[in-house]
Amino acid sequence: MADPVTFIGQWLESILVGWGLSSAWISVIMGALGVLVLGGGVLLVDIFLVWVERKVVARFQDRLGPNRLGPFGLFQPIADVIKLLLKENITPQGADKFVYNLAPILALATVIILWAVIPLSVTVVGSTINVGALYIVAVGAIGTLAIIMAGWASNNKYALLGAFRMVAQMISYEVPMVIAILIPVILAKSMSLADIVASQSVWYIVLAPIAAVVFLIGAQAELGRAPFDLSEAESEIVAGFHIEYTGMKFGLFYAGELLHALTFGGLFATFFLGGWRGWGAETYPILGIGYFFVKAMFMYWVIMWIKYSFPRVRIDQMLNFCWKFLTPLILTVLSITAILDKLMSGVPYWIYVLVMLFSNLVILYFVYQAVGRYARKERQKVADPEKVQVNFRVRSSTPSQAS
Amino acid sequence: MLNDWLFIGLMLLIAPIFPIGAIVIPSILAPKKPNPLKSQTYECGIETVGDTWVQFKAQYYNFALVFLVFDVEIVFLFPWAVAFNQLPLYGVIVGILFIEVLVIGLIYAWRKGILEWF
Repeated sequence: MADPVTFIGQWLESILVGWGLSSAWISVIMGALGVLVLGGGVLLVDIFLVWVERKVVARFQDRLGPNRLGPFGLFQPIADVIKLLLKENITPQGADKFVYNLAPILALATVIILWAVIPLSVTVVGSTINVGALYIVAVGAIGTLAIIMAGWASNNKYALLGAFRMVAQMISYEVPMVIAILIPVILAKSMSLADIVASQSVWYIVLAPIAAVVFLIGAQAELGRAPFDLSEAESEIVAGFHIEYTGMKFGLFYAGELLHALTFGGLFATFFLGGWRGWGAETYPILGIGYFFVKAMFMYWVIMWIKYSFPRVRIDQMLNFCWKFLTPLILTVLSITAILDKLMSGVPYWIYVLVMLFSNLVILYFVYQAVGRYARKERQKVADPEKVQVNFRVRSSTPSQAS
Repeated sequence: MLNDWLFIGLMLLIAPIFPIGAIVIPSILAPKKPNPLKSQTYECGIETVGDTWVQFKAQYYNFALVFLVFDVEIVFLFPWAVAFNQLPLYGVIVGILFIEVLVIGLIYAWRKGILEWF
């Protein structure tokens, strides 16, 4: 009785065997039931997330947030869903109807599909495929497709601009984020998320803090949340790619975005915070689900914290930060982690952990120096405008600028 | 193993049903009173001028090219990372040289000004 989920699964399977079904049909039915429970559960959490998001942003802005419907306003999101279901759907003039309707479906469906490989506890995992990390990268990329489809099919200039910006941002930040995923894969020597969690007797955030931070920044950009919310910059392009969507179609984009944020929280917990690991989680797998969601919600809260604390960046700043800072940094960390991991194949684990942590701190020191030098140069440009002119002329006479 | 891929396949089939349901239900419940003014493209209150699908900045294309190079690199690095235990030190160094070749490509693009947004 230590593991109710497996118990219920075995009980259902014994009933199906009692009906005299063949084993192939049993696995199909059990799989379909698992998908329905997982998808339904994730969507229930999603409805609850609307309340969490509104309550937390209210606290960040020194307000109360929803507090009328039910205890602490808990029924507010349910009322919102009912309202959205009763809203008229407007298809704008000249829109490509098929693609226009497909985009919100893809936006939410891809996020649900991502949950198939995330291990919720020792026994509760949808699928333990051995290419889990690659699966997450591949399925996550379909989300980009949904956004360009929405922007392109809406027949609206704001939507198209928003989609372009979002895609430039997502494909840029995909590079450092995916390389950051590669580092836990090297440390665990497996792409399966279940194996990555199982090998984290010490959380990987200790072994690879820089990769964890880069993954968090990449996640923030992939989600299109401030400081990287250029795609929905209200003051410039009103709402970005979902400007022409009304009613539940807009609701699907909104739900997809919130659930995507929780998914990235869960992925961060899986890769760097030990997933379901915690006290007593191996003997009582139901505890593992609790630990996993506590960690995922904490990371979700961190993502919100960043969102509501930073101003928006410009598009050139955003791309510079990705290509000229994050990508070289994470490639350096990857090279050093790979060499150190190979050189220390025989040493005791605690020495291995300490050396990994120390190497990350050394890299961090050099990064701090380099960023400090860059900041001093930028400040000098402001303090000494004559020099700025010289710099500008020098820059504009380089071959790339002249041609 | 086969069961795992079966689960992924079922997920791909069943997951879109939730959002499709969320779009089908309003089409039954919600009011439908379309009129030409309502379905106009939203812009600023004045009728929109010209075609929406205009020519866009070529720089998006540059960034897409740089991204493509790195994405292919990453696809090659994943098997390298998984087979880490079987690799000798030589194999690891060759993998890192492969990364550094692409870093040289990034530096080239940087010097050429492809990464500047203007």
